[in-house]
Amino acid sequence: MRRATRAKWGGCALVVALVATACGGGAGASRSGVVSSSWGDPQNPLEPANTNEVQGGKVLEMLFRGLKRYDPKTGAAENVIADRIETADSRNFTVTLKKGWTFSNGEKVTARSFVDAWNYGALLTNKQKNAAFFQYIDGFARVHPDSGSPRARTLSGLAVKDDRTFTVKLNQKFSSWPDTLGYAAFMPLPRAFFRHHADWIAKPVGNGPYLVDSYEKGSVLRMRKWQKYPGDDPARNGGIDLRVYTDNNTAYTDLQAGNLDLVDDVPAAQLKHVKADLGGRYINQPAGIIQTLTFPMYDKRWNHPGAEKLRRGLSMAIDRDQITREIFQRTRTPATDWTSPVLGAKGGYRAGLCGDACVFDPARAKQLIKEGGGIPGGTMTLAYNADSGSHKDWIDAVCNSVNKTLGDDNACVGNPVGTFADFRNKITAKRMTGPFRAGWQMDYPLIQNFLQPLYYTDASSNDGKFSNHAFDKLVNEANAATDTGRAVATFQDSEKILAQQMPAIPLWYQNGSAGYSERIGNVSLNPFSVPVYNEIKVN
Amino acid sequence: MGRYAVRRLLQMIPVFIGSTFLIFFMVYALGDPVAAMFGDRAPDPATAAQIRRDLYLDEPLWKQYLHYMGQIFQGNFGTAFNGQSVTELMASAFPVTLRLTIVAVVIEMVVGIVLGVFSGLRRGRDIDTTVLVLTLVVVSIPTFVSGYLLQFVFGVQWGWAAPSVAPEAPLNELLLPGLVLALVSLAYVTRLTRTSIAENARADYVRTALAKGLPRRRVITRHLLRNSLIPVVTFIGTDIGALMGGAIVTERIFNIHGVGFQLYQGILRQNSPTVVGFVTILVLVFLLANLLVDLLYAVLDPRIRYA
Repeated sequence: MRRATRAKWGGCALVVALVATACGGGAGASRSGVVSSSWGDPQNPLEPANTNEVQGGKVLEMLFRGLKRYDPKTGAAENVIADRIETADSRNFTVTLKKGWTFSNGEKVTARSFVDAWNYGALLTNKQKNAAFFQYIDGFARVHPDSGSPRARTLSGLAVKDDRTFTVKLNQKFSSWPDTLGYAAFMPLPRAFFRHHADWIAKPVGNGPYLVDSYEKGSVLRMRKWQKYPGDDPARNGGIDLRVYTDNNTAYTDLQAGNLDLVDDVPAAQLKHVKADLGGRYINQPAGIIQTLTFPMYDKRWNHPGAEKLRRGLSMAIDRDQITREIFQRTRTPATDWTSPVLGAKGGYRAGLCGDACVFDPARAKQLIKEGGGIPGGTMTLAYNADSGSHKDWIDAVCNSVNKTLGDDNACVGNPVGTFADFRNKITAKRMTGPFRAGWQMDYPLIQNFLQPLYYTDASSNDGKFSNHAFDKLVNEANAATDTGRAVATFQDSEKILAQQMPAIPLWYQNGSAGYSERIGNVSLNPFSVPVYNEIKVN
Repeated sequence: MGRYAVRRLLQMIPVFIGSTFLIFFMVYALGDPVAAMFGDRAPDPATAAQIRRDLYLDEPLWKQYLHYMGQIFQGNFGTAFNGQSVTELMASAFPVTLRLTIVAVVIEMVVGIVLGVFSGLRRGRDIDTTVLVLTLVVVSIPTFVSGYLLQFVFGVQWGWAAPSVAPEAPLNELLLPGLVLALVSLAYVTRLTRTSIAENARADYVRTALAKGLPRRRVITRHLLRNSLIPVVTFIGTDIGALMGGAIVTERIFNIHGVGFQLYQGILRQNSPTVVGFVTILVLVFLLANLLVDLLYAVLDPRIRYA
């Protein structure tokens, strides 16, 4: 009798467990016309002003259209909702909207949709990570003070004139400001965002070519074509399913097995045979990303009179060509300036601007390093985060190149930091004692975005704390210039100061890589290395 | 028996508090997570301060811990950085991993015990040697190697199974990952069963049972197996907790969005509410599984009694 009871209990427990766990199941959404693509879990809720990384950014690109958009091929900023953005003095702008735009819930896109969204993004208490993008608008310091609570809830520089017009007053001259408006932070928001915030986060509503069908956080986001999309770049497929992968190797395996249509990040380990696997369905093209080694300019050992020779010498000691060939299988291009080829010659990219300092020359490198006082302490460390991106390989190769040049096995060693968070902490706390890796992905395709945030005194991403009066002056001049050609030329002049001072060694431009299945076609990457989803056709 | 169970349950309280504090401390020691939220951009100090205040990161560690524990007892495990509550994450992750664990445990029990009994009863013969060599091979291959290998062979080359598991994680898709997860434990179960069976096969009570003419099958299942399973049950019991936590590698390879996935993501982003919350639940699972094992001893061997 006792035994029978026990057996029953055990049986029940197992049944309960199976019932409790077998309740998965999901809507078997139809796959016809729908493209499935790999995705990384976005770091923040999908709010425009709170999304500062690629994974969330690519969704916003599908769900939203703003005043401007960067042409997927050329990167040029073109009007979308903006009919015209006019200014007489590069400081006061009048924005006029086109007619006929609505959100996918039927609400009209008006001047208020923009002004409210920007005010929300800038307000300190909303904790938006892109708040700094509104810093040029007048009144920013009041809604977003450096400390304490905000003294105003709206930006004084924004004013709604009528349904289709609003004015913007900046706190400084910034001639290329309209060209920054294609960035995700500047997207318009419908009333539903403010009224039912939690619901909106669970299922965002925008005004782009797609609408959200269902969103299971952390696993899959299903988007479908918005049939009534008013823009001239509607979706050419039925929809996009973004599936979260933690490991891009698994995504690649799924692509090989025909379980997935598009992988927008081919893992390094597969690069050797990706052409054999995919043939013409592999894309490898330049993107607006540059990798550098940044010096801690706050450290006297790296920034004493004459140290620029040391920094330039180290740059010459790196064999960029060999490393991009051997380690990256040519998915990187040796850098010869501080911008990116995607800008084009008109946009400010100039090959060879760095001059001799970016050319591998062991003899000259050795001499310059010696004249610059030699490597401080005899050994330098290159810091990187070890948790993602397989940085170890190339850091070791760079060190190897430096060590060979100097004929000293201890001149350079890698210094792995456990996590990206810790790495960023050490950088912002100014605790770096040697050069560290820095990657910069552009926010918008402007030469300004490659220089000002990174090297202007106290700028938001000036990790090395480089400060140079002449550089700052040229950047200010370039920003104030109303003529684009003049602005670009002045920015390039400022870049020549970088070539001389070498606060960061440009290493290489990064390419975007993608692979796709035979099921889809017309796949391309935009200058941000994100697939142009709405152009993809299903065969 | 009842008093014993109650005493064991009470003992869990200090273990629970100690382990959560340790985890809390370790996640905290990783440093400030706020800097990484801003990517390659330096955090704007005002926004960062606001986020820190919201997450109680501006308080000293012991206050943070007390605040956290206070919330846990109200059933609130905090909010992950992507805006979802941790309880919501748990509700989606634990069923998936539980299912994966059940698949793995069933495979490991059935295959492991059957192989163990066969080789144990034929000690020293060819089949025994083969099983020993095979299990040795399995034990020495790391999970990520066997995982990627089986995924490639079954998923890509032969197309028998999908290389990755759908978000809903149905049972049939979990067979392959379950096998990968079970492999190493499977080898241990086989070896434990084999040794135990081989030892007991010569015991007096088996000889007696055979001598009084009981059928061989009944002797093996009722007498021999029951006594030989005690070390095996101990192992499987503790293994359930280990499997749930150790699913990190397997879940990553097969893209299963379970506990391992959430933990990995949480550690990578220094998302302390996620990591501490999930590990807390895992600690509980571990403790309960251990209790269950101890109680099962009495069932298997009536000589072991807890008054």
